[in-house]
Amino acid sequence: MIDPAVLEHTQKTGDFTQLLEDIPYARWIGLCCDRFGDDLIFRLPAKEENLGNPILPAIHGGVIGGFMELAAEIYLILGQETLRMPKIVDFSLDYLRAGLNRETYAECHLTRQGNRVANVGVVAWQKSRSKPIATARAHFLLEG
Amino acid sequence: MNNQIRLEQANRFIETLTQAKELGLTAIDAGEGSLLVRLPYSEKIIGNPETGAIHGGAITTLMDTTSGSVIICALDEFELCPTLDLRVDYMHPAEPGKPVYARAETYKITSNIIFTRCEAYQEQGNTIANCVGTFMRIGKEASPKSYRDLITGGNQ
Repeated sequence: MIDPAVLEHTQKTGDFTQLLEDIPYARWIGLCCDRFGDDLIFRLPAKEENLGNPILPAIHGGVIGGFMELAAEIYLILGQETLRMPKIVDFSLDYLRAGLNRETYAECHLTRQGNRVANVGVVAWQKSRSKPIATARAHFLLEG
Repeated sequence: MNNQIRLEQANRFIETLTQAKELGLTAIDAGEGSLLVRLPYSEKIIGNPETGAIHGGAITTLMDTTSGSVIICALDEFELCPTLDLRVDYMHPAEPGKPVYARAETYKITSNIIFTRCEAYQEQGNTIANCVGTFMRIGKEASPKSYRDLITGGNQ
């Protein structure tokens, strides 16, 4: 999924441009990532094509899921010292508020990392971090 | 409501969901409380450039859309029901170059909640993912009449 040289560059510089450019689905939804110290904040700028419910209008729940899923994958890849591709096993997603047509943010945390399986939690919010629009957790298999 | 009307209403609903339309989702078969939707393959939604497999996020959108739209095939009157939660189990990456199908059913409907099951698969019936979801019934009045008429063709 990711070129080791690109991963090294990203880890060293915190510049995600090339890494995200190489993943078509990241471009499709418009996912961005910024690093602050050791922390990663994922960003999904408002985009007409990402909408679902036309009445509110609101971001398609599937896009919110895809954004959080991809964020969790990138978070895991970046956090590893050796390059192992995480393979998603399952994904559980709770929708808490409508994701309106504006920029969305997500942050991940590693709940538990075993030898082969990682459990990652993801929180997504828009206007305020204290009002999440969705929370998710995912299990990934790590294969060397 | 017959199956032809269910299919037409499901497609009119999917047409209004911009991301579903962008992905090229089409409902191709409908029954009472069941719906089949197709996601065509596209290089734009690849998650793994090495294999060309599409990203799980596109599968999630396919399954969320199918599970949300199957509600049309289960209720007598159109209601917009927001997703409460989804749980997706990934069995196998989707084979590149081929469409992915999702078949959803409603298996329990209460006055407040609709419970759905959905399976994503490819030709030869290989399962890609399974999904269970819950949807909240907020009442038909929660969506404007003009929108309901757009979906039902003004027949309700």
